[in-house]
Amino acid sequence: MGEEAIEFEVDGSKLSVAISGQGRNILYLSAGLWFVDDSAFAQRLTAHGRVILPIAPGFGPGAVNRRWNSVDDIAYLYLDLIDRLKLSNVALVGASFGGWVAAQMAIKSCASFSSITLIDPVGVKVGDRFARDIADFYGLPDVELRARAYADPSIFEADIKKISDDELGRRVRSREALARYGWSPFMHDPKLLSRVRRICAPTQFIWGAQDRIVTPDYGRAYASHIAGASFTLIDKAGHAPQVEQPQAVLDAFISFADAYR
Amino acid sequence: MRFFHFSEEPYPDAWGAERSSLRITIPNELCDPDVAHRLYHRYIDEWVLADELGYEIMLNEHHSTATCLTSSASLILSILARLTKRARLLVLGVPVGNRPDPIRVAEEMAMIDVISKGRLEFGMIKGVPYDIEPANSNAVSLMPRFWEAHDLIIKAMTTTTGPFNFEGDYFHYRNINIWPRPYQQPRPPIWVSTATPANAVEIGERGHVMASFMGGIAETVKLHKAYAQGYQAAGHGSKVPVDRFAYLAMSGVARNEAEGRRRCDLIADYLRTNAKVADPFNKPPGYFSVEAAMRSARSPNPGAFRTLFTPKGRPVELSTASLDDFIECGIAFAGTPDQVFNQICAFTDGIGGLGNMLLMAQGGHLGPEDTADSMRLFAEEVMPRLRNRQAQAQFFEAA
Repeated sequence: MGEEAIEFEVDGSKLSVAISGQGRNILYLSAGLWFVDDSAFAQRLTAHGRVILPIAPGFGPGAVNRRWNSVDDIAYLYLDLIDRLKLSNVALVGASFGGWVAAQMAIKSCASFSSITLIDPVGVKVGDRFARDIADFYGLPDVELRARAYADPSIFEADIKKISDDELGRRVRSREALARYGWSPFMHDPKLLSRVRRICAPTQFIWGAQDRIVTPDYGRAYASHIAGASFTLIDKAGHAPQVEQPQAVLDAFISFADAYR
Repeated sequence: MRFFHFSEEPYPDAWGAERSSLRITIPNELCDPDVAHRLYHRYIDEWVLADELGYEIMLNEHHSTATCLTSSASLILSILARLTKRARLLVLGVPVGNRPDPIRVAEEMAMIDVISKGRLEFGMIKGVPYDIEPANSNAVSLMPRFWEAHDLIIKAMTTTTGPFNFEGDYFHYRNINIWPRPYQQPRPPIWVSTATPANAVEIGERGHVMASFMGGIAETVKLHKAYAQGYQAAGHGSKVPVDRFAYLAMSGVARNEAEGRRRCDLIADYLRTNAKVADPFNKPPGYFSVEAAMRSARSPNPGAFRTLFTPKGRPVELSTASLDDFIECGIAFAGTPDQVFNQICAFTDGIGGLGNMLLMAQGGHLGPEDTADSMRLFAEEVMPRLRNRQAQAQFFEAA
């Protein structure tokens, strides 16, 4: 994907961005998980707007400052990106880890966003201290991980022999980069739940009904802290409904984003 | 050459073949505290015997595992500091990159050095992949955190004029001032273990003792060359004294060959069970480089902790290797005193000299009588011959 590719470096970390399509600005923050490839969904979005697709430092082959260790490092970098590209009226879409990044951006300022769509985002702690809100995907054998992540695990190519070196590189790098930013506290910021009240752009949650990485109940608790947030359940989908049911997710996103453009 | 007696303090009763993981996920209801009590005392007795027989002493630590009851090396060290009389006390080591509080490490090590009247050999280690999870340590930043902890601990041990400030990338203190200071001045000797040439260069630059574990001749020479490169680049000289190098191998000795081999074969279960760890805890994210992780994913046995190669290049799978495989690889010395002497000479000559031989003379199910007999025979009939050997190189030269 990409009619235009830009790169810039901040504080020793390189950001690569692909821009494609025309029309309203859609900033898509990918799931970032090694066991989810949602690049086809990002491609689909280009039929509906100008899609800005950043690859966060560490998730691609470019340099990453070894001191970068929190999702805020990425959130501030993406706010820089919005300033550089002079973006406004952005439909912000973030999935899973990308949804966490989107929430960390939105609590700082929603001035550039016309709407916010979060697809099975992580990032908050809702249960008690013994509860494992977010499945420990670093501690799950591959088979169980896929079973928790997908309604139909066969959609993800698990046979390493059948994937390209590029895809293997993506998986290995994202497995490491996710740990860089979210190892402990695991995939959340303990303060985020009390700060999402600051999100003032119209916000929509889309959730896979069969998600067992973060369950729909987690999603409902997350959404309940954002005034007016809507919650849409997608059937026959796990943690990546944009991969398993891309049309349903697209429809939900478009009708929401159209209402608030 | 110095000889160190090493045991991991195993709990082999829980090593049933049906168990796919001896680490992290193995429930501690399988640990009978009474059995563990007896094992601790037995292994401590063996270290005390080592002290009497002329060995130095080595111990390490692992966590959440039936392979090693030493979950805190400092605790066993402090007992040995009081019970032993002359042996050097090597901890190899403290996983300082996994520790939240490096100043606590500096304090404990200084105490042990003082209690033992200056016998501490202080090893700092990166730690194995499956010790990341029990520490909940982030492996992505492990090595920079390790070196920051290393620098801070040495600074704490060698600062004698009152509090200093430290605000690093990972650790923050405003008034560091440890009591007591170490017995050895300015500080105890520092050891670092490694399995990669990149780390070996960094260890060489600092001139610390570098230990490598069971790599065989070819791998060990690679590491020693990398060390020498760093050593020379930092201005320490082109000739590295062999006392900068240590190597860990298994050893089993007896009056007759078959019994010596039987003893070592029991110890070798240590290596055969080493990689029995629930997937995916053997590959924490960031522990291996992206390139190494990609190579491993494409390898025929992606779950393998390590594959050994014989001098002729034959791959040896650790979990199923025979004693002869281990002997051929140069990671086990077994048989009669004569045979073990010859095997060790061939190995140390093959790597260009060695100052510190770390010997795992207890492992797996090897019982106390066999362990003591094997240790005694080695001490009386192998050690003196190796010490008096004229041919042993004193310096390692990379060229």
